[in-house]
Amino acid sequence: MTETTANSYTPKDFKSDQEIRWCPGCGNHAIINAVQKALAELGIPKEKIAFVSGIGCSSRFPYYMSTYGFHSIHGRATVIATGVKVANPDLSVWQITGDGDALAIGGNHFIHAVRRNIDLNIILFNNEIYGLTKGQYSPTSKKGIVTKTSPFGSVEEPFSVGELVVGANGKFFARTIDANVTLSTQIYIEAARHKGTSVIEVLQNCVIFNDGVHDNIAAREVRDDRTIVLRHGQPMIFGKDNDKGLILDGLKLKVVRLGENGITEKNILVHDAHEENPGIQYMLSHMRYPEYPVALGVIRSVPGVTYDDAVKEQICSVQKKSAIRCMDDLLNNGSTWKVE
Amino acid sequence: MGKKSEVIEREEVVIRFSGDSGDGMQLSGTLFSDTAALFGNDLSTFPDYPAEIRAPQGTVGGVSGFQVHVGHSEVYTPGDYADVLVAMNPAAIKANAKWIKQGGTIIFDEDNFTEKNIIKAGYEKDPVSEERLEHYNVIAAPISSMVKEALKNFGLDPKSVLRTKNMFALGMVYWLFNRKLDYTEKYFEKKFLKKPGMAEANKIALRAGYYYAETIEALNPVYKILPAQNAKGIYRNICGNVATAWGLIAAAEKAGLNLFVGSYPITPASGILEELAARKDLGVTSFQAEDEIAGICTALGASFAGDLAVTSTSGPGLSLKSEAIGLAVMTELPIVIIDVQRAGPSTGLPTKTEQSDLMQALYGRNGECHVVVLASSTPSDCFHFAFEAARIALEHMTPVILLSDSYLANGTEPWRIPVMKELPKINPPFADKNEIPFMPYKRDAEKLVRSWAVPGTPGLEHRIGGLEKTVKGTVSYAPENHELMVKLRTEKIKKVEDEIPDIVVHGDKQGDLLVVGWGGSYGYLITAVTELQAEGHKVSFVNFNYINPLPKNVKDVFEKFRKIIVCELNLGQFANYLRMKYPEFTYDQLNKVQGHPFTIKEIKEKCNQILEGK
Repeated sequence: MTETTANSYTPKDFKSDQEIRWCPGCGNHAIINAVQKALAELGIPKEKIAFVSGIGCSSRFPYYMSTYGFHSIHGRATVIATGVKVANPDLSVWQITGDGDALAIGGNHFIHAVRRNIDLNIILFNNEIYGLTKGQYSPTSKKGIVTKTSPFGSVEEPFSVGELVVGANGKFFARTIDANVTLSTQIYIEAARHKGTSVIEVLQNCVIFNDGVHDNIAAREVRDDRTIVLRHGQPMIFGKDNDKGLILDGLKLKVVRLGENGITEKNILVHDAHEENPGIQYMLSHMRYPEYPVALGVIRSVPGVTYDDAVKEQICSVQKKSAIRCMDDLLNNGSTWKVE
Repeated sequence: MGKKSEVIEREEVVIRFSGDSGDGMQLSGTLFSDTAALFGNDLSTFPDYPAEIRAPQGTVGGVSGFQVHVGHSEVYTPGDYADVLVAMNPAAIKANAKWIKQGGTIIFDEDNFTEKNIIKAGYEKDPVSEERLEHYNVIAAPISSMVKEALKNFGLDPKSVLRTKNMFALGMVYWLFNRKLDYTEKYFEKKFLKKPGMAEANKIALRAGYYYAETIEALNPVYKILPAQNAKGIYRNICGNVATAWGLIAAAEKAGLNLFVGSYPITPASGILEELAARKDLGVTSFQAEDEIAGICTALGASFAGDLAVTSTSGPGLSLKSEAIGLAVMTELPIVIIDVQRAGPSTGLPTKTEQSDLMQALYGRNGECHVVVLASSTPSDCFHFAFEAARIALEHMTPVILLSDSYLANGTEPWRIPVMKELPKINPPFADKNEIPFMPYKRDAEKLVRSWAVPGTPGLEHRIGGLEKTVKGTVSYAPENHELMVKLRTEKIKKVEDEIPDIVVHGDKQGDLLVVGWGGSYGYLITAVTELQAEGHKVSFVNFNYINPLPKNVKDVFEKFRKIIVCELNLGQFANYLRMKYPEFTYDQLNKVQGHPFTIKEIKEKCNQILEGK
């Protein structure tokens, strides 16, 4: 989170003069709109915002923003962003990345950033495919997917972003769908205000190489019944008619119908994103259709000390105690002798 | 000081402390060096230790050594051959026998020369006779039993008692060289502040060794080395890694910037990260990254954000950083990459020295990807070249690779401390706040350097990245633009030559043979050349610290010599580089890849061969 001053921006203020070159119909268009809306609402001075990306379709994002931007190399956005934030904690630093960039070539950096809890907002565009290299499977592709590099079907198990975040002791995880600009905007605002690493998984559609990959849950006509939008302090109710909910059945989540078997709203779990114990949040992030609705919204958001703050504090506390205040002091510190 | 039948004044002496990795030889050597330095001797040290932290006890592979060269006049190297060898076990004799001067002194711990240890070291029965060392000054001291005896009523456990053996040996060496014990005793008091018993035990062992040496008198002659005639000033001992770290901090202070280091621990470069991590008092931000790539990328992010950014590594780590160095070249961000070279390829000999990363530093990247390359040549001038690397990086908006090596990193020498106000101010080309719209690749006409707009500055928002850009910062695949930008980036590096010093010839400006070196071989080469000159040969020496770009006067210097020999610890990388840059000359070569520096002897032999036309 960065201190905000009163700035009145409109989303348009965050558009750069560059022509957007994503494919027509690509989910990225909706994502950038939501981000620009969120930034306008946050009101952080434009010069204090930096967008950092790696390689992939999503990573062209910084060029289309009128803020500071750094389009880096494959897999390394997390660490470039880390350096930017640690060097200048006053900046609001956003990392734009994809499932390949963040979880394959950059997987190591991703878990370490989350572990350290660096105050970054990581937007992970998950289309379950390599788009820029024209259609190879990714670490989030479902097992069995047929792509150019898995012509007989992939034999790999996919990663799940939320589970990785929780596994790395992460403090903030949210999920949204590219086309749901309203929900996405709310999530980006909440992520920006959270101090620490905020990971937002966006279920994003690649119209060319993996078209409709999320349609079974994200399509307008089914999404109310096949997803659940979690809001902190609210009961976990979903469905077109708000007639379904989640309860804890033993050690597992279970979908129930309100009104059936005597179930009322009182029986339904209330979402607690701020609960430190990640047990239920982990189960929520793990839910898959058709057994469960796919969880959207801020699933986990717990406070914690950020790396960038800890580094700054340590320097301050050492400086308070040390007699060495400049290079001359250091040069003359310890065993020295004089030659006359 | 007691009775001494003979005191010999010596110009210089080389002492080697050697034992098992756990025997504390590095500490004995360091304490002896500090004592000599405080006395005013010039000196140079070199620790030589195995890659394994504790290799099997008593084996040659586990031998750890520390060599110190103490002199009345200037000392440039830790020395080839030892006048005195302290050997804590038979393996130490095995590892060092060929490095002792004819007739030199060998002090060994007799108690450790058991049948088992003798066989373990690869001898049959008697290391002294099997190595033909009988005519040396061999002192078999029962060091283990002497410390046991000295500390018998002290209440220490047997392990701790034996741990003071190194101090007993050091006490003997102090007597031999007529040194005072006070510095070492003070060191114990400070180190064992909370364990006064340990401080006392070490003092007792040290004194016991000192008096033992006095009593047996077998240690004649006693050596005396007068203080060196150094230039006036305040001095301290410093090793290459600490000097490098300090040069960077000094540069940050002179540039008015924060220093950010992003590194991953790697032998023999870790000392730089460790020293910088300890310097929170001077505001250094140190980031111990999850890998080498994260090291350089966090540094590059910090550079984008306006810090003086540094990453330190050794050869294998430099390989991993290649792609990110390319990104730094493309985005024209300042960054210093320090490569403390070790013997390669791959993991190679992690603790041994070599100069074989030169080509990697110059060319190890995709695309036309030129960077400035510098090399330090002594432990203390690591400070100067680290400062210079940072200055060039910041003022020319470019990555700079600084090559050090294992020998410089761990070696120490006395260093006249600079005064900060004597160092030049560093002026990074920060963008003017009115440069709106900011064009990231607009350059100044003279140096072709772009300006640096730091995030947080209103109105200068811009985007950079690894894709080719136009002057305005727009992504461009236009063929002409790419060629133009490649040439501009290359020319920018070339222009650094306008402000680097000419190479200096040591000796006459013309002659029969010019010895050419670069980086860390300096000490050995200048010593050998000085001796050749004293023997009447027309030999001179130049050492290169600026590798890319090269100084402008190379041709003028080279053409005045009948022959040129390039000496380096690799198979000829700098020689080949010179062949490419100055094909009009013929270059002889002296190369070595044994993990050790040159010896003076082998340099002189090779030069004599050339001079005799062989």
